[in-house]
Amino acid sequence: MVHPTVRAIAIDFSLFNDLFCVDPAFLAGHRGGSVFKPEITRRTMAKSIPDEAVVELDRSWSALMIAAQAGDSAAYEELLRECVPYIKNVARRRNIAGDRTDDVVQDVLLTIHRARHTYDPSRSFTAWLRVITDRRAIDLVRRTLRQERREVHAPRAFENHADETADPARGIAHADEATTVSRVLEALPMKQREAVQYLVLEEHSLADTAALTQRSKVSLKVNLHRALKALRGRLERAE
Amino acid sequence: MGTSSDNGSAHEHLIRDLASGLEPVGRLRPPTVRALGWLAVVAIVAVALARFADLPALEGRLLASPDMWLAVTGASMTAVLAALAAFQLSLPDANRAWALLPLPAALLWVIASGIGCLRAWLVPGAHVAELNEARDCLMFIIGVSIPLSVLMFVMLRRACSLQPGLTAAIGGLATAAAAATLLNFFHPFDAAVTDLAVHACAVALVIVANWAFSGRLLGIAS
Repeated sequence: MVHPTVRAIAIDFSLFNDLFCVDPAFLAGHRGGSVFKPEITRRTMAKSIPDEAVVELDRSWSALMIAAQAGDSAAYEELLRECVPYIKNVARRRNIAGDRTDDVVQDVLLTIHRARHTYDPSRSFTAWLRVITDRRAIDLVRRTLRQERREVHAPRAFENHADETADPARGIAHADEATTVSRVLEALPMKQREAVQYLVLEEHSLADTAALTQRSKVSLKVNLHRALKALRGRLERAE
Repeated sequence: MGTSSDNGSAHEHLIRDLASGLEPVGRLRPPTVRALGWLAVVAIVAVALARFADLPALEGRLLASPDMWLAVTGASMTAVLAALAAFQLSLPDANRAWALLPLPAALLWVIASGIGCLRAWLVPGAHVAELNEARDCLMFIIGVSIPLSVLMFVMLRRACSLQPGLTAAIGGLATAAAAATLLNFFHPFDAAVTDLAVHACAVALVIVANWAFSGRLLGIAS
């Protein structure tokens, strides 16, 4: 377990990170100033944080990851929670827009989960995390650019476009259908319901859902198939 | 996108989901060890194929033309270095510069093969590969590359690569170079221009095929 003093330093440091966007990996490359003089600019902050704190933070995260690799879920939860501000800072340094940093955070958390067996304790955890965050941030930028090339943002044109098939009575019918579907969904076994919720309603990928539910892809596919079959049968009976 | 508190709770929800029921994981072996495992399989295939090859004739060819030695050394070193690079690149935090590791050996391979090709052109009466022989070379390189590539993909998948295209392409170079090295057991003639072009096409095909399957087989969402 990590010493309480080290933990206190780590907490203080992540707080500074959050407030001033300091990147510990950037600090690790600066062996200069060791006097603590908090100022607003990032580079001055970088030189002012003692190196020992950065090293201790890295050691602390590395210890938590080693525990997580051994199956300690409390250590893993603590590690992921502490990593969130750091991931946000690295994403901001990659010029990811504010509303997209949370997407990067989620991508990185899922990547850490899938790649946790690849972490080598003899190497720096912050460096490992920084590279993963950088790559996921770049992936997000590419995905966004591809999406922007395909789609046009025209809210006025969308609002002014008349729906020729609009039927005021259809809203009520839709509400009835939604209620029926929800009721039938509630009646499904938990595993089947989860498969429908994550894969169909929330449109998560199979891999993400497998990570979220801790179940195999095959099991998810089987449960989804059974759920859709059951839903189809029950909805036909309801009609 | 929701408000910041919504996002905070979304992270919390995800973190709790990921941490709940966490199972211990076996740490991945170092890339060098994994690369040596793949190369050991290639060595076993080489020993098996050597049983069917005319080894004294191969020795005579290698002694008679030093550039052939260089070409074989270049191809086998390319296979070894590209395998090391591919297993390094398969790690999520790998440096892209690892992709340059097989470059010197690949250059030696290309240049030495080119010299052999030039000699076949200059020396009158040298046996030049005919179309069916060149086709056999193509089939051999692709046929040997397929199982080696499958094994490579199976081994690389464990590592969760964040640059799957590059990893698979370098892995493809390793398998194609290994297949080209093994081809020397059954290649009783100097590489002429057509033959060399066929070799280059086969190697390029293997690399492109590996790269094309990378997203599906090595991508983070796979």
